[in-house]
Amino acid sequence: MSTVVVHPIHRAVRFYEAPIGKKAVMAATGVILVGYVFAHLLGNLQIYSSDAQQINRYAAFLHNPANAVALWAARSALLAAVVLHIVAATQLWLQNRAARPQGYVKKKDVPASYAARTMVWSGPIVAAFIVFHIMHLTMGSVLPVRDIGLNPNTPDVRWNVIAGFQNPAVAGFYIFAMILLCMHLYHGIWSLFQSLGVNHPRYTPWIQKASAALAILVAVGNCSIPIAVLSGLLTY
Amino acid sequence: MRITLHIWRQENAAAKGRMVRYEVPNVNEHMSFLEMLDVLNEELIAKGEEPVAFDHDCREGICGMCGAMVNGVAHGPLAATTLCQLHMRHFKDGDTLYIEPWRARAFPVVKDLVVDRSAFDRLIAAGGFIGVSTGSAPDGNAVLVPKEKADLAMDAAACIGCGACVAMCPNASASLFMGAKIAHLGLLPQGDAERDQRVVAMVAQANAELFGSCTNMAECEAVCPKGIKIEVIARMNRDFLGAKWSGRGTAKE
Amino acid sequence: MQLDSKCPQGPIETRWDRHQFSLKLVNPANKRKHTIIMVGTGLAGGSAAATLAELGYNVKCFCFQDSPRRAHSIAAQGGINAAKNYHNDGDSVYRLFYDTVKGGDFRARESNVYRLAQISLNIIDQCVAQGVPFAREYSGYLDNRSFGGAQVSRTFYARGQTGQQLLLGAYQALERQIGTGQVAMFPRTEMLDLIVIDGRARGIVTRNLITGEVASHLADTVVLGTGGYGNVYYLSTNAKGSNATAIWRAYKRGALFANPCFTQIHPTCIPVSGEYQSKLTLMSESLRNDGRVWVPLKKGDTRPPSQIPEAERDYYLERRYPSFGNLVPRDVASRNSKVVCDEGRGVGETGLAVYLDFRDAIQRLGRHVIEERYGNLFEMYERITGEDPYQGPMRIYPAIHYTMGGLWVDYNLMTTIPGLYAIGEANFSDHGANRLGASALMQGLADGYFVLPNTINDYIASTKLEKVDGSHGAVAEAEASVQATTRRLLEAKGTRSVDSFHRELGKLMWEHCGMSRTAEGLKLALGSIGELREQYWREVKVLGTDEGLNQSLEKAGRVADFFELAELMCLDALERNESCGGHFREEYQTPEGEAARDDEHFSYAAAWGFRGVGNAPELHKEDLTFEYVHPTQRSYK
Repeated sequence: MSTVVVHPIHRAVRFYEAPIGKKAVMAATGVILVGYVFAHLLGNLQIYSSDAQQINRYAAFLHNPANAVALWAARSALLAAVVLHIVAATQLWLQNRAARPQGYVKKKDVPASYAARTMVWSGPIVAAFIVFHIMHLTMGSVLPVRDIGLNPNTPDVRWNVIAGFQNPAVAGFYIFAMILLCMHLYHGIWSLFQSLGVNHPRYTPWIQKASAALAILVAVGNCSIPIAVLSGLLTY
Repeated sequence: MRITLHIWRQENAAAKGRMVRYEVPNVNEHMSFLEMLDVLNEELIAKGEEPVAFDHDCREGICGMCGAMVNGVAHGPLAATTLCQLHMRHFKDGDTLYIEPWRARAFPVVKDLVVDRSAFDRLIAAGGFIGVSTGSAPDGNAVLVPKEKADLAMDAAACIGCGACVAMCPNASASLFMGAKIAHLGLLPQGDAERDQRVVAMVAQANAELFGSCTNMAECEAVCPKGIKIEVIARMNRDFLGAKWSGRGTAKE
Repeated sequence: MQLDSKCPQGPIETRWDRHQFSLKLVNPANKRKHTIIMVGTGLAGGSAAATLAELGYNVKCFCFQDSPRRAHSIAAQGGINAAKNYHNDGDSVYRLFYDTVKGGDFRARESNVYRLAQISLNIIDQCVAQGVPFAREYSGYLDNRSFGGAQVSRTFYARGQTGQQLLLGAYQALERQIGTGQVAMFPRTEMLDLIVIDGRARGIVTRNLITGEVASHLADTVVLGTGGYGNVYYLSTNAKGSNATAIWRAYKRGALFANPCFTQIHPTCIPVSGEYQSKLTLMSESLRNDGRVWVPLKKGDTRPPSQIPEAERDYYLERRYPSFGNLVPRDVASRNSKVVCDEGRGVGETGLAVYLDFRDAIQRLGRHVIEERYGNLFEMYERITGEDPYQGPMRIYPAIHYTMGGLWVDYNLMTTIPGLYAIGEANFSDHGANRLGASALMQGLADGYFVLPNTINDYIASTKLEKVDGSHGAVAEAEASVQATTRRLLEAKGTRSVDSFHRELGKLMWEHCGMSRTAEGLKLALGSIGELREQYWREVKVLGTDEGLNQSLEKAGRVADFFELAELMCLDALERNESCGGHFREEYQTPEGEAARDDEHFSYAAAWGFRGVGNAPELHKEDLTFEYVHPTQRSYK
């Protein structure tokens, strides 16, 4: 048999054509997104620092023009990951819907967790939330935001967050979105191992427990902020 | 026992089907589910109505011919059981049961509860074998197989090809079926040589058959009459990604 | 007709090799010009179709199931014999040969059986290479267990699913050939007649079970690997679809049918529980490795088994056959169950069951060992009966399982119609009057992988096969005959379902041509079956049409054939005035109640020729000679 030389781009296209390839892309982009969510959580928790300006300094550090290249590189990578994740998910969803044109009169879900079954809904809602979140706190196009005014772009994160969450509707939406994110992460994290071919009777139960722990940690950590604001524990 | 049934009736592949209600007043708890359908059919014949068509053969849970959704679960409510091995003692007097055929684009309905599962055969033909022609085998003990591997291979090889995994999967994916064959053959030293091309060819065939894809719901595992685990799907994913990464096994694509 | 078995002469050890050398070959380029029709995709049919395609023949392969993987070989549980002597326990090809001839009660051909024992070695190698996950020891070597009728461990197994795994091996080999286009597969297609042109088998008439279309397929040879006819009895361990139609239509076209009365009754099946029962489930013979068979000593002892003390139990197999104990051959074990139940010592609600008890084995080996060995069988028992066999003994009773009889074939596996072959359970050749456990798989695969692909060349190479096409009168005649039968069934417009007739036939056969037979009973049955057959054609009710899937119509055709076959079985049983293997005539038994053979008068295979429905068939005899294993009273004591 002669050796067929396949161009790397063709190879990537063929790889992606297969559903397992798409799932692998979702898993890989999922890893990036999970990492970002966790880093974001660590950033958020600085609001509890005894030093009230801590979180604003952190924001100023991120927005320092000296770090602009790194910031935009990270933002681009994140955006690419989000787009790939969503495109692959949408393609799979359409393909999978087409695989059963006529549904059942009665259908039960036996073991699939609520989280697993609702990935297709928690995903878009979380995506919508992200857009809202960026418009709210990054672009300031939802509610008025303040700038400390040291540099061209040094937002007063502490004020913006607290002012925003004093609006119960905004706080409620954040909490709702975080619960969905929690579910999405729970199924998504252990599932990415399965998609990448990692499943072992000894380790998989631990992977599932760790996914749950991580997902809950993210949700509890993030939800604590609007709750703290609403209950008056966190004030400007 | 008295059982009320709602059964999918469909004249042929082209016809439109519908659920039809039947009463079976004299069900014995020791009957198998299929024997209960036999009783219904005898009554229908006596009344001059066409009996319900359903696939079945060995009636001991190994041929994989039988299967239907019972109240929304493939092969009914008892885990690790085919329809023929499901006995009526697991139901209560007065129960209402909805019986529907497997539904998937790749498994078109032929009549009533009978579906066409030939897509499974084509998956095997694509690569679900070890390419050894008769006569070329070395002595059976020439290649040793560690017991653990042989046992794992046997776990996967127990698949009966009934299609419950596809029927139950929210995406009508055949991943458990394919994974089982890929794991069975790939775990054995005899099947290792063709591992890459096997997975690549079978995955390509599954796409051509318009099966859905795996989204790790594990519904298949829950209804598999032979208790095959989704570990085999992870193994398939691993083999596939490995083959694609290395560029091996694409000759058949 | 003079029956020529074509068995080679000379030393038995070299007969097959010499015979193979004497057979003509077909060169690879010419193989492409020939088409072979294969009916049936079980161990024999599936393996043969794959192997013939590998050799380069064009194969057209048919099965009535929706996939070739569902053939009933899949249900074989226990294992497959091979004289590997991996355990150094005194096994050899010669011993397997000896055990099989003796186990068959000296009613099989020595040459065939020796060849079978030789080939058993290659089968295991082939199957391992295909990826059959046979049980292994921790060292990685193949494991074995013991089966009835043998004192060595030569049975290879894959848990309790050996048949499934071997069949999947053959099926995958077949699918590989389907993938290359060398085999054209026709699933859900039933053979309904044989086309004989100029005295040679040249094709078949089939019905597509989905569309109802009747079509003819022509070829150079036709091979039937369509299994046995145990479903004559309605209740058997066979699959519901297993049928005799292919071999029966071949019989009606001139193939002789040999030893139809040799049926095997398997001793360990789950007893009948009610009138609605649709089939019987086998519990593998391997269970007798560790399970002990017993009944209460006293008649009508209704105490639960756990309350019957050791001294009041009768382990009758161990008592009567101390050297083989619970592992006596199937015919002996079955008959003894019947004897103790007839004595009124049977257990369970119906009194038609005996205990198979694992208490001692669980105590000796621990539950986990028993679970590992028989887990799936115990689970199956629990599923069906709702009782846990780890807690109390299983209840078992014999049931029809296998048919040793079948189409008469010569050493090349060709029937008396030139160009028509029969392989596996469909032929009569290797098991005599009783088959040993784990030998059916061996025979099916021997025929399919190794015998037929070698012998079929000879016929193709040495026969001038004129080109035939569908315009031949024989094709139209066969198609018309199929359509006439279908019409007759649909137009009967009677009042009784096919199943109700089949049940009645089954009861008659079980009663009079089952575990024990008498001349009187057989005569009675012959009369009743004839009447029932006529009633069937008048009163059967088959709804629907012949266009499209009609499962009642499929069954109706098969049951019509069962009626005729049942008569032949009774006739054969009546004619054979001796007891041997599975054929037990009450008039012919030793003072101890064992089968009494009559070698002087009945050392032959009875091959029957068709002379019209309702007419007495013609009996041909193939004398059996035993040069190596001299017939003795079988003893397992």
